Amino acid sequence: MSAVSLRHDKVTLALHPLRAANGGRPLLLLHGRGERSPARVPAALAGWPGGIWALDFTGHGESTIPRGGGYTAEILMADADAALAHLGAATLVGRGLGAYVALLLAGARPRSVRGAILCDGAGLAGGGPRPVTPSIAAPAEAGAGPPDPFALIDLARDVRPPDYATSFVRQASQLSGLERPLSVCAVERPDWLAAVVEEPGVERTTLAEALGHYAAVA
Amino acid sequence: MESESIRYPGARAPDRSRPVDAGGLRLAVYEWGDPGAPPLLLAHGGFDFARTFDVFAPLLAAGGWRVVSWDQRGHGDSEHAALYNWDADARDALAVLDATSHAPIPFVGHSKGGSVLLHLADACPHRVTRMVNIDGLPSRSRHPDVATHERTRLLAEELAGWLDHRRRAAGLERKSGTLDDLARRRGRMNPRLSHEWLRYLANAGARCDADGWRWKIDPALRFGGFGPWRPEWTLQRLPGLSVPMLGFLASVSEPMGWDTTQEILRPYLPPDAEIHTLADTGHFIHIERPREVADRVLRFLA
Repeated sequence: MSAVSLRHDKVTLALHPLRAANGGRPLLLLHGRGERSPARVPAALAGWPGGIWALDFTGHGESTIPRGGGYTAEILMADADAALAHLGAATLVGRGLGAYVALLLAGARPRSVRGAILCDGAGLAGGGPRPVTPSIAAPAEAGAGPPDPFALIDLARDVRPPDYATSFVRQASQLSGLERPLSVCAVERPDWLAAVVEEPGVERTTLAEALGHYAAVA
Repeated sequence: MESESIRYPGARAPDRSRPVDAGGLRLAVYEWGDPGAPPLLLAHGGFDFARTFDVFAPLLAAGGWRVVSWDQRGHGDSEHAALYNWDADARDALAVLDATSHAPIPFVGHSKGGSVLLHLADACPHRVTRMVNIDGLPSRSRHPDVATHERTRLLAEELAGWLDHRRRAAGLERKSGTLDDLARRRGRMNPRLSHEWLRYLANAGARCDADGWRWKIDPALRFGGFGPWRPEWTLQRLPGLSVPMLGFLASVSEPMGWDTTQEILRPYLPPDAEIHTLADTGHFIHIERPREVADRVLRFLA
């Protein structure tokens, strides 16, 4: 199956169907910083009852590499929202950076995200809980990639304050109608995630358990 | 050409312009003054463009400076970008500085441009000699007096509103109109600036399409929004500033203003800082009082 092209402002995003729908809600995979969508369904997700899709974020995989960088986790959340606009309600599985994006989207589209599963992966910590000494880095080779070298720089400096992350948990908890909108499988616990797991509505669990749980949620 | 025919007292279009490549993105850079004079870097605020300095910059140039400014990405005649963030604006500023001078020079910034230059000065203290900040020190904490459950609702609306905007962004165009229409619309955000001035600005900052004038700014850009950023992050760059600073604050609150006061700044100010609050003046201090601000800046830089 070939990728679906989605328009997000000036960027064309590649949304990959990894497995056709056979009823059931779609599962949307969000990759980590510098990664791309897997070519086939990862074994750990094979038991999901619905279709399985994977999105290449801006500057990654088969999506557009824009000029001049300027990446934020928020703009990648809007990338993922473009996928939701295509798929309708979905359950999210995010790796690393994609886990943080999944949290943001679960808070921002609480009715469309039917559970978000946060897993280890590249870029989970981002730029830490507060700004560090400012430095201005530009890639030696602009225009290279994928992944866009600007994405690798910007998304390693993306500040993730714990209270900002928990405000998205509260949005998801109060507005999704789900008892447990978020499941955390990640072993790594950067400050934002350490704060997130202490919030009501967040379950520390395994990927298999979380998938089983959301497969059963209407 | 209409841009030749609209005049405003004291306003002068830049003497020179040139493109600068910033990581593959084309920025429009402008200069006023003798090309052999010592340069200074002048940064505009959000939703503005370099030619909002058409009155202020010539006064600095007349004082013996080569004034270098640029349209920030997505603004004025610079290229519209797919992505916008703080670090990208600072990178762009450094690209303009690199294309202007490798020796340290004074930085002058208004509003968001002042904050970006403060970031640049902290990242590259060896590139700056003096810092002028024109109402560019943020302090506003949004909704400080709103209860938590209300904040949840406000945030939900803001998030959904922003994502809905992103879903539509590809097809967006700025609303067209006559120059007077554009000036009137801009006047809602700049209630203290004269229609005559805003009409002059529209002529520089808008393009004439078949169905009318449109501001050149990227329609994907939008006021407000949300994110992890908080004002203290900029204020915390002040105490360690390595060069003398001259700051200007507004005394009248208005839509695009930052409402920062001397009292808020006091704990953060470096020993060499001098802050002037101008009476009966809004956020666009250098537009409302160009002569007075330019004189104080020229004295500070002398």
